[in-house]
Amino acid sequence: MDIIIYGIINSVSLALMAVGFTLVYGVSRLPNFAHGALYVLTGYLTWLLMYRLGLNYFLAALLALALTGLIGAAMYQLVLIRVRGMPISEIIASYAIGLAILEGLRWGGLKGGTFRLPPFIEGSVLIFGVSVDFQRIFVVVLGSALMGGLWLFVNNTKLGLALKGMAQDERAALTLGIDSDRMAVVATAIGSMLAGAAAIILLPLGSIVVESGYHVLIMAVAVCIVGGLGSWTGAVFAAFIIGFAQIITVVFLGAHFQVVVALLAIVVTLVSRPSGLFGRQKELEERV
Amino acid sequence: MFGSKGDRRKERLDRGIKVRSDGVYAISSWREITYLIAPRLLFILGLALAPLALGAAPYWQRVISIICVYALLAIGFDFLANYVGLVSLGGGFYVGVGAYVSALLNTHYGIPPLLCVPLAMILGAVICTILFLPCLPLRGVYFAIVSLMYPLLAARIIEALDIFGGTDGILGVDGFPNIWLEQYILILSVIVIVFALRRLVEEDVGLVFRGVKDNDQAVKASGINITVYKALGVFIASSLGCLGGAWLTHMYMWAGLSQFALDFSIIPIAATVVGGGGTLVGPVIGCLILVPVSELLRDFGSLRIAVYSIILTAFIVFKSEGIMPYAARKYEQFERWVEI
Repeated sequence: MDIIIYGIINSVSLALMAVGFTLVYGVSRLPNFAHGALYVLTGYLTWLLMYRLGLNYFLAALLALALTGLIGAAMYQLVLIRVRGMPISEIIASYAIGLAILEGLRWGGLKGGTFRLPPFIEGSVLIFGVSVDFQRIFVVVLGSALMGGLWLFVNNTKLGLALKGMAQDERAALTLGIDSDRMAVVATAIGSMLAGAAAIILLPLGSIVVESGYHVLIMAVAVCIVGGLGSWTGAVFAAFIIGFAQIITVVFLGAHFQVVVALLAIVVTLVSRPSGLFGRQKELEERV
Repeated sequence: MFGSKGDRRKERLDRGIKVRSDGVYAISSWREITYLIAPRLLFILGLALAPLALGAAPYWQRVISIICVYALLAIGFDFLANYVGLVSLGGGFYVGVGAYVSALLNTHYGIPPLLCVPLAMILGAVICTILFLPCLPLRGVYFAIVSLMYPLLAARIIEALDIFGGTDGILGVDGFPNIWLEQYILILSVIVIVFALRRLVEEDVGLVFRGVKDNDQAVKASGINITVYKALGVFIASSLGCLGGAWLTHMYMWAGLSQFALDFSIIPIAATVVGGGGTLVGPVIGCLILVPVSELLRDFGSLRIAVYSIILTAFIVFKSEGIMPYAARKYEQFERWVEI
């Protein structure tokens, strides 16, 4: 029972971490390696707004999300747009931006376990004899709600459909009057906000540390690659596969192997099925 | 855009001396010979004399060795990325493998360091090549991501299985007998490797390498096995990384998990971008600039990585050709404005 409940929680967390990354990649073919940095940045901004400016938790979180979205959009508009279409430069540039944010934060005093966000509601509850605290339930509920909301947004609003069009076929979208650069900016902003939302939901479980930026990036990349880059259903499935695999290894092998599982999953997937579980076939020839 | 500058455009022409020294007239006079040799001599003498010039500052002498280690990695990255078409973000893996192999050879079999290093270079490269073999069909972003995962994975596995000393690393590795020997062998190998690789990429095998990069289907159609050539490319690049790693081990008399660190993956890439990719000399120049900068910023802790990343981003966005191609252009060509 432990395995199932914590497996679900872990899987939803992983899906939350990955959904922003896969959205940006799906729409603009841009591997946003600054994803983890944006995650930590939102957490830190929320903390600052709450404890330095004395804002209320909810307001602080919203403001931090908006700021992160702006930073993501600025990052794309000012830097990444110039290297678009050069995959390696994209990776190096976005990774460098992420490193600059993370290491800048570390230099600015973000170290140790002193930076914490409070859980939404304290306390825990017994589910099938397993004690689960409320925050973890929030992770599952809000995570599912966020992904459901995203699905509705993409399939039912004009902007969402435009993003979907870009993801499916950029040229066809262009002929229908969808501005690809503007959509890519929007996608990066939304992707950054999703990273931020993941941070606000997940960070109360621990403290805000720079290292979690790298961890989130690795996890997001792992989930997206196993699921097939740019495929959203694939990402959710992969999150569940990796999430359960991790919990099972923690139970039977030890916590050390948790990250090894994710990394091995990437290597095995790329070597055996480069387009991932749900990746589209036509992309295969570009990769191999 | 048009009209704002009075309908002019910049024209670049080769200098006369460049044209003459391209052909058989290169040996016609001392002027042409000097023109050809001067930049190369500047590079060789500059590197060779640096430890002597800094003889009074042992700390900065050590920095030169570190520059050379990073330069080896950067040359390997440049070669693999711009001539074979495999962008390897896992420089730390080569360093780590080289370091551990050399340390194990030294502590378990008592082989002296000066013999350990070449052995570790070859053995480590063989290990790296075999481990990378399954990933060789991948291209572009996919190879980059997998190679980024290798050093992380290796460090985690060593940590989790507690092999090779676990998190403590391997202690008690022998140092080099003499500091001058230590420095000059390393500097000499950097110089030899730069010129050897520059020669190599102009040979037939280099042509095939570039073919693999530009159009591997065409190479395949010519009946050439591209996996063999990719493996050869990885072997060459990883042997450079392993050499650097082995050298570091004996310099610090220690091999540990930090030799799989991200630094060894990021700094060479930054150096290649700054110095100019595809030139093989550029990465060395990039290291000569970036590594001292990072040493100067050591007091600021993690700020140096942030500074690095900003320099890297700025170069990628605003000056993506790098220093070396820019300098070469200034040296070989002159510019003038012409009316359209």
